Amino acid sequence: MSFGDYMLFIVSAILVNNILLAKFLGNCPFLGVSKRMDTATGMSMAVIFVMVMAGMITWLVQYYILVPLNIEYLQTIAFILVIAALVQLVEIVMAKSLPALYRALGIFLPLITTNCAVLGVAIININEEFDFVDTLVFSLASALGYSLALILFAGIRERFMLIKMPKAFQGTSIGLVVAGFLALAFSGFAGLVGGH
Amino acid sequence: MLFEALAIGGLGLASALGLGVAAKVFAVEVDPLVEAVEGALPGANCGGCGYAGCASAALAIASGKAPANICVGGGPEVAVAVAQVMGVEVVYREPDVSQVDCSYSTQIAPLKYKYDGVQDCRAAALLAGGPKMCDIGCLGLGSCVKVCPFGAIRIGSEGLPVVDPSLCTGCGNCEKACPKSIIHLTSVTRRILGFNANYNCLAPCQATCPAQIDIPSYIRAIGEGRYDDAVTIIKEHNPLPLVCGRVCPHPCEDQCRRGKSEEPVNINHLKRFAADYEMNSGKRIQPFCLPKNERKVAIVGGGPAGLSCAYYLARLGYAPTVYEAQPHLGGMLRYGIPEYRLPKKTLDWEIQGILDLGVEAKMNMGMGKDFTLESLRQEGYEAIFLGVGCWSSRGMRVEGEDLNGVLPGTDMLIDRGNLKDTPVGERVVIIGGGNTAMDCARTCWRLGAKEVTVLYRRTEKEMPANAIEIEEAKHEGINFHFLAAPTKLVGENGKLTGLQYIKMELGEPDASGRRRPVPIEGSETILECDNVIAAIGQFPNLAFLEEDAAANDLAVTKWNTIDANVDAGTTNIPGVFSGGDTVTGAATAVEAIGAGRRAARAMHRYLSGEDAEAPDNWVHGPKELPMVTQTPDAAPAGRPRAKMPELNVAERSGSFVEVELGLTEEMAKAETQRCLQCGLYCYRHKDQPYEAWKWERKDNA
Repeated sequence: MSFGDYMLFIVSAILVNNILLAKFLGNCPFLGVSKRMDTATGMSMAVIFVMVMAGMITWLVQYYILVPLNIEYLQTIAFILVIAALVQLVEIVMAKSLPALYRALGIFLPLITTNCAVLGVAIININEEFDFVDTLVFSLASALGYSLALILFAGIRERFMLIKMPKAFQGTSIGLVVAGFLALAFSGFAGLVGGH
Repeated sequence: MLFEALAIGGLGLASALGLGVAAKVFAVEVDPLVEAVEGALPGANCGGCGYAGCASAALAIASGKAPANICVGGGPEVAVAVAQVMGVEVVYREPDVSQVDCSYSTQIAPLKYKYDGVQDCRAAALLAGGPKMCDIGCLGLGSCVKVCPFGAIRIGSEGLPVVDPSLCTGCGNCEKACPKSIIHLTSVTRRILGFNANYNCLAPCQATCPAQIDIPSYIRAIGEGRYDDAVTIIKEHNPLPLVCGRVCPHPCEDQCRRGKSEEPVNINHLKRFAADYEMNSGKRIQPFCLPKNERKVAIVGGGPAGLSCAYYLARLGYAPTVYEAQPHLGGMLRYGIPEYRLPKKTLDWEIQGILDLGVEAKMNMGMGKDFTLESLRQEGYEAIFLGVGCWSSRGMRVEGEDLNGVLPGTDMLIDRGNLKDTPVGERVVIIGGGNTAMDCARTCWRLGAKEVTVLYRRTEKEMPANAIEIEEAKHEGINFHFLAAPTKLVGENGKLTGLQYIKMELGEPDASGRRRPVPIEGSETILECDNVIAAIGQFPNLAFLEEDAAANDLAVTKWNTIDANVDAGTTNIPGVFSGGDTVTGAATAVEAIGAGRRAARAMHRYLSGEDAEAPDNWVHGPKELPMVTQTPDAAPAGRPRAKMPELNVAERSGSFVEVELGLTEEMAKAETQRCLQCGLYCYRHKDQPYEAWKWERKDNA
């Protein structure tokens, strides 16, 4: 792929096929940790880190273990296992050797263990038959798209603190409504990039 | 199968081994307290507490950044378990600052306020439609005191917040914190431009008043002897209290909640009492005005709509000029309402008060004759208000209307306004059943007519005139001929000698809901008379539009009124506004006052480059309020309505001295006690003595 193709590929992954608002993956932390801007930023950093790591490892697992052993149909369970172990491993290592980074990211890592967006990206990488570089770029772009949506959403939710909200709408209810609007807004990007 | 199990098992084992080794090699000392707290938390990592997972929540709790009951997923048991770990106790505590959607009202509010039938007025309001906020019934929680960064608010001796204006900076924190929207920030501009909105807590009278006067507040001010305040409250929304106190048909009293069980409060005469107090005290109580900005605005027509518009524009700092075709200001107030109802001296005093605010007036200036829209624009007027009123009388459309002795109703009243007497014969017949007809009849009687007869084609019940006018006319010996319509005017040598009428009976109701009169064939009768006065309706005289090239395009309805937006006064020509009778057809002074204010608001917004349209949530009239169909336990019960003292009939003949004398101070004060000081649904109950019935309302400052 040329540089231009990669740019299109990245824009498509961030905006048009946004993992959160177009594919609806990873909605649990999207609602859970979007109440404050600082936690949303921390979570975004952790997602970027884990998604890229998981994308690479699962690609290796797929092509160096599952395919040679002819057991591709065990992809889901194998990926979950590997991602969970990976995240835990990273957390343990980070806590000891990089305490500063751990304090910034570490507390978000257990949350990501069960994040379907990470698994989703890993499976998309395989389904789309990406090579290793594509996988790296796509995982990073998807994670950036996730971060964009999460930070936008947290910015909106912070403003809800300042207004009078009917009781029935407080908390998660208005969060869901706004998430719907954000998804609608992102659907406006459909057709921005042909192909994907 | 075995192979696959081994493969996955191997993968798992490899991962577990890796983790195990890593845990050993990279072991980190963790605070046992954090671990204990984390153990007590459910471990769902839901993030509902705002922290990223249970581990970080545990860290926050252990370090004292978060309270023990932060977990939303676990419920009270988890809170207790965490509290045990932390060595604290879980107890119920009132929140420091009440929440925005506070639900204390049912428990605490009745102590300060009694809701009628329903537990929470907001629930009732929702049933009636639309959101409502109650601005009475403070809960006394003191949220406003706590959030005020300047220490400007304290809770006073009555348990209600008191604001120290010297410390208040208008930051608005209290307005945001108040759970019941009782505290409001306000400003002169907001007060002048603001309309009663559908989310305000409005007493029924206040919601009905076309001028939107804060009626409960001024009645309370009179009751407490604060007459200056009462005048200020009235003048906030009504520039002509002396006039309205005398001639207003008081639609507010029709909606008065006391009227559901006994006679309504005498609202209008209390207004007159306050206004008379100002006039008799000799000093003027003028409303606050913004600094002058010297922008010129022209008002065409010096009637109630034009004067009201000029009054509000002057208060907003503009320099309005009123152009009046007649020799004096006042419009139909001067030329339509006879002296015995509204003395010219009183009217002059009131108009002078408006002129004193910086309103210029040019008399004997007719539009299309002495000036045009174009000439006004050239003189630098940035916006123009057309309030020319309804000055043309509708004809009877019967044979003989050109006979000598047939008069249009308004002509005689206009002559009276210019202090000229129209000579009338001994027997006069008035056609029509409205207030103009009553004014004509009672004027003729005063001018010396021996026999005055009012001919109306329906019955007394359908008469549009105010009940009091009909009653007074009867006292003065006016005859009424109901169910009769003129068919022909007969005369000799061009002079009127009689009127032929046909008897009617009431048929099916028409579009207006009144039963349509149907003639009875062959029942024609001749009534001998010297004069016939037609008072069967008026319409605007818009002849000037044809003489004014710039105004030719002004849209006019099929009823010959100006086609303007009733809510904002905007016409199809930008910068030209209209309101009052000119737009609605002949109506009341108080409606014209309301229209003048709405137009002033629209003009201000137009001149500020904003959208001139009216807000869509303003209250146009009384809302149907279900559930309040009676007023049990209204306090104090059984006290009769104050009756206006009047001149006796013998003194009225041949004289135009004012008939109504005004309430005495004693009567007015007693009448204020009858006011229930209603909210949207609530009102003062028997067990709440008047003296204990004091609270701060937002807008009487």
